[in-house]
Amino acid sequence: MALFDVSGYKSHSELRGQILGTGVGHLIDRPNQQFSVPVGVDPSGFLKSCSREGGVSIDLNHGTTTLAFTFRHGVIVAVDSRASAGSYIASKEANKVIEINPYLLGTMSGSAADCQYWERLLAKECRLYKLRNKQRISVSAASKLLCNMMLGYRGMGLSMGSMIVGWDNKGPGLYYVDDNATRLSGRMFSTGCGSSYAYGVIDSGYREDMTVEEAYELGRRGITHATHRDAYSGGVVNLYHMQEDGWIKVCKEDVSELIHRYRKDMF
Amino acid sequence: IMFTTQVYGDNGKMKEYHYTGPVEHRFSPYSFNGGTVLAVAGEDFAIVASDTRLSEGYSIHSRDSPKCYKLTNTTVIGCSGFHGDCLTLTKIIDARLKMYKHSNNKSMTSGAIAAMLSTILYGRRFFPYYVYNIIGGLDEEGKGAVYSFDPVGSYQRDTYKAGGSASAMLQPLLDNQIGYKNMEGVQHLPLNQEKAVQLVKDVFISAAERDVYTGDALRICIVTKEGIKEETVPLRKD
Repeated sequence: MALFDVSGYKSHSELRGQILGTGVGHLIDRPNQQFSVPVGVDPSGFLKSCSREGGVSIDLNHGTTTLAFTFRHGVIVAVDSRASAGSYIASKEANKVIEINPYLLGTMSGSAADCQYWERLLAKECRLYKLRNKQRISVSAASKLLCNMMLGYRGMGLSMGSMIVGWDNKGPGLYYVDDNATRLSGRMFSTGCGSSYAYGVIDSGYREDMTVEEAYELGRRGITHATHRDAYSGGVVNLYHMQEDGWIKVCKEDVSELIHRYRKDMF
Repeated sequence: IMFTTQVYGDNGKMKEYHYTGPVEHRFSPYSFNGGTVLAVAGEDFAIVASDTRLSEGYSIHSRDSPKCYKLTNTTVIGCSGFHGDCLTLTKIIDARLKMYKHSNNKSMTSGAIAAMLSTILYGRRFFPYYVYNIIGGLDEEGKGAVYSFDPVGSYQRDTYKAGGSASAMLQPLLDNQIGYKNMEGVQHLPLNQEKAVQLVKDVFISAAERDVYTGDALRICIVTKEGIKEETVPLRKD
């Protein structure tokens, strides 16, 4: 049928091949989907060129501040919740943390659709890994999977800055992965347009031997001050804590209330 | 595959009615056909409403082109943006729904349709469908659900959402009336169906007053466990 090829539907035999895998014991980054590309044009500049003509304005959801840091008692992850499309705030309660499994989290910054799609794909690959190898995937391997997905589409205009946070056999893990296929392991990262402001706050308040409550407060402050200064960040702070037995969601607080608490003298 | 790199500048744009230089005209695969869509989720119902004006530039192609499409007995989708892409996208969704029904012997749930639409849209990440989608329906527990999308498939579940040309005008009004934002000392009453339908009508009347691409008539689809009821209300035709 005419629509069959464009609809993206996978036949049963194709799906079976994907689930059972082509090589036993290997983890292959297989091409999961065909992407339609505009003919004869550079994809990264194509959308920008179509906008503005005849009232056409295709705005994609963007923008963020996210941060994560490791300390003695695990990893803290804090994100804001604003999704902007051009200058319009498309959503005030966007969910920028994907819960891959009880021991793995992924954050999203940059283009919302890119992050949602690739991290959902990563969640699927992690699940397949667990089913094939009978053990949970390590944070290092999960971040490498995402990094290789980005490498396949390098230069085509994807926009994604993500942190993969987890706890595996080697202890707490924090990796930064972005759309250029940069993959860095570290103890503290912040991504998004408000990241500079967040870095200022968490760099000055960070101590490796912080208590858990101090760490929560530092994460909250980092995001709150970033949303205060960055136009493209705002909404609520979603705070997660990655512990040895899995992650917990700590809180979800509105930044306007938090900024009043922190800068009582300012208002 | 070799891609040609093209540089797009602002040459040739009209600046205060003076011609500024040579213009390169190329075929644009997109066009903007206007229209506004709105969806509201209640405790046991969902409403999807759209205006019925189809425009392009300064012309109106049709005054009776609604933008809500029924997908299943419990789900309606509203699509605004480029009408060509809206039609193709709804055809593809219908085909995928049929395939699912034949393979799995049950209808797709609203949440499943939303997740599927996200991947369909992302499949065109490099040549997007110029459509702003909002899905309204009932979830598996019978509660109202609204899912809103951007053109390349980023989505989330909301209580209410406006999309399309007058979305920036409607969304703040909905934030105030349904979300009780920026109101102090007001009791938060849950939204019942009659109040929601009246609110949707009032909100579209306001949109038709101030947005040139919205008007002519309003089509409201109310989704409850009994089925989908449609209502048409006239709007300003100017």
